[in-house]
Amino acid sequence: MDLFLEQLLNGLAAGAMYSLITLGLALIYGVMKILHVAHASVYTTGAYIGLVTYTQTGSLLAAFLVSMVFCAVLGVLIERFVYFPLLKYPAYVPLISSIALMIAIEELCRVFAGPEVRTFPAELPFSDISVCGVTVSSTLIAVYAVSALVLFLLWLLMTKTELGLAMRAVSQDMETASALGVATHRTVAITFVIGSAIAAVAGILVGIYYNQVYPMMGEVPAYKTLALIVVGGMGSAPGAVLASMLLGVAETFLIGYTNIPMPRDALAFIAMIIILMWRPTGLLGKR
Amino acid sequence: MNSYIVNVGTLIIIQAIAAYGLNIIVGNAGQISLGHAAFVGIGAYSAAMLTTAAELSFWPSLVISVLIVGVIGLLCGLPSLRVREDFLAITTIGINFIVVAVFQYTPFFGGALGIGGIPRATIFGTVLKDNGFFALCLAALVIVMILCRLFTRSWTGLSCFAIREDETAASSMGVSPVRAKLIAFVLGTMAAGLAGVLYSHFMRFINADSFSFTFSVTLLSIVVAGGLGTFWGPLLGAVILGILPEVFRPLVDYRMFLYAAILLLMIRFMPGGLLGGSTMLSVKNLMKKNRGGAK
Repeated sequence: MDLFLEQLLNGLAAGAMYSLITLGLALIYGVMKILHVAHASVYTTGAYIGLVTYTQTGSLLAAFLVSMVFCAVLGVLIERFVYFPLLKYPAYVPLISSIALMIAIEELCRVFAGPEVRTFPAELPFSDISVCGVTVSSTLIAVYAVSALVLFLLWLLMTKTELGLAMRAVSQDMETASALGVATHRTVAITFVIGSAIAAVAGILVGIYYNQVYPMMGEVPAYKTLALIVVGGMGSAPGAVLASMLLGVAETFLIGYTNIPMPRDALAFIAMIIILMWRPTGLLGKR
Repeated sequence: MNSYIVNVGTLIIIQAIAAYGLNIIVGNAGQISLGHAAFVGIGAYSAAMLTTAAELSFWPSLVISVLIVGVIGLLCGLPSLRVREDFLAITTIGINFIVVAVFQYTPFFGGALGIGGIPRATIFGTVLKDNGFFALCLAALVIVMILCRLFTRSWTGLSCFAIREDETAASSMGVSPVRAKLIAFVLGTMAAGLAGVLYSHFMRFINADSFSFTFSVTLLSIVVAGGLGTFWGPLLGAVILGILPEVFRPLVDYRMFLYAAILLLMIRFMPGGLLGGSTMLSVKNLMKKNRGGAK
C-alpha cells in the first residue's frame, strides 16, 4: 500500500511536470497551428538559466524570475523571426525549421555549459513531511505547489481576463478574431511569452526534482509532448494537462509493477495511436 | 579512389535512395511523413536477419526485404487515410519511435546489441567491396530515379499530384485518394527498404539507434532542402546535407550547431528548397522569366 501511494505521488509529480511543458505547446498550437518542437529546447535553456542564476544569487525566486523572463524573450524571438514569416507555407516547413532550431539551441547549451550532467543543489524553504507513513520529499512538495500555482494562474488568465478571451478567440479563428478587433499578432506573441515562461518553470522544477540539468534533457519531452497534445485534443489546454497527468501516472506504474519489455518513452505514442483510432479529436478536443 | 571518399559517397547515395522514396510520399502525394527512417530500419533488419539467421544470399534477401517493407508500408499508410497534416506528422513520429523500440527491446532482433556479422553483397559470385559496392549503390540509385520519373508520368503519379493540390476536387473528378495515397506509401517505403538493405550490407553491423527519429528528420530535411517534389531535389539535398557534416568535421564541438543553423537558415529563407518554387536556382523560374522576356 505504501509502495502504491509512493508510486502514485511520483507519478502525479511526473505528470505535473509533463503538463507544464505540454501546456506551452498546446497554447502555441492553439493560436498558431504550429508544432513548436523547439519548445523543449526553450525548457532546457530555462533549466540552465535557472541553475546559473541560482548558483550566482542563491535565491530560488530570482532563479525562477530571471529564467522566465529570459525564456519569454527567447520564445518571442523564435515567433518573430522563425515562425511568423513561415506561416503561409505548408505545415512541414515550420516543423522542420523548429526541429533544426531545437538542435541548434541544444548544441548552444552544450557548447556553453559543457556536455556533462550538472546537479541542481536547491535548498528548499521547507522540509520533508510524512503522511500516513509515506514520506513526501520536499522536492515533491515543491513540484506540486509550483505546478498548482501555475495551473491556477493560467486558468484565471484564460477564463477571467480579456487577454484570455482574446487568446481563445484567436485559437478558434484567427481571421474572424482579427476582423472583430483582436490584435492577433500581439495575442500570438503574448501566448509565446506565457508558454515559454511556463516552460522555464518546468525546466527548473525538473532540474530540482531529478537533480539533473544536461543539454539533451529536452530530447525525449520534445516528441512525447507532441503525442500528449494529440491525446489531449490539439490545442486544448485542459486536455493537455489531463493527458500529461494520465501519462505520468501510467508510466510510473508501468515501470513499478510490470515487466513489459517496452521502453516507457514509446508508451505515449502507443496510447496516442490507440486514442486517435478511437477518438480522432483527442480526449477533450472539439470537432 | 580514396576509401574515405568512397564511404562518404556510399552513405550519401543510400540516403538519396531513401530520400527519393520520401519524395514520392511527401512531394508527390503531399502526405507528411516523419517516420521514414523506420522503414529504412525495417529493410535493414530484414536483410540482416535473412542473410545471417536464415542464411539466404544477397539477392533473394534483397527482394524479400523490399517486399516486406512494402507490406508494412501499406499498413502504416492506412493512418494517412484517416488523419491529416499535423496529426499525420505526429502519428508517423510515433510509428518511428515504436519501431525503434521493438527492435531495441525484442531479443529476436538482437535487442540493444543489434545484429553483427552481416555478409558483404555479392554479384555473380563476386564479393562487392568498397568500390564495387559503391557502384552497386549508384546503380540502385539510378534505377530508383528512373522509376520515380516513370511514376510521376504515370496515371497514378498524376492522380497523386491531383490529391496533393486538392483532395476534394480530385476525388470528385473520379481520382481515388485511397488508391493514390496507398500506392505512394508502398512505393516510397519500398525505396526506403532498398536503402535499408544496402545500408545493412554496407555497415555489416546494425542496431536500432541508426534508424531513430533523428534520421527521419535528416531525410525530410534532405527532401525539403533540395526541393520538395522536384526530380533532382532529393539527390542535391542528400549531397549537400551529406557533405556539410564532413566539411565541419574539424570543428568538432560546433559541428552539429553549424549543421542545424545552416539547415534552419536554408528552410527559413528558401522554404521551397534549392530547386523548388520561389528560389533563384529554380529552373522553372528561370524559364518563366525567359518566356516573360520573349513576350
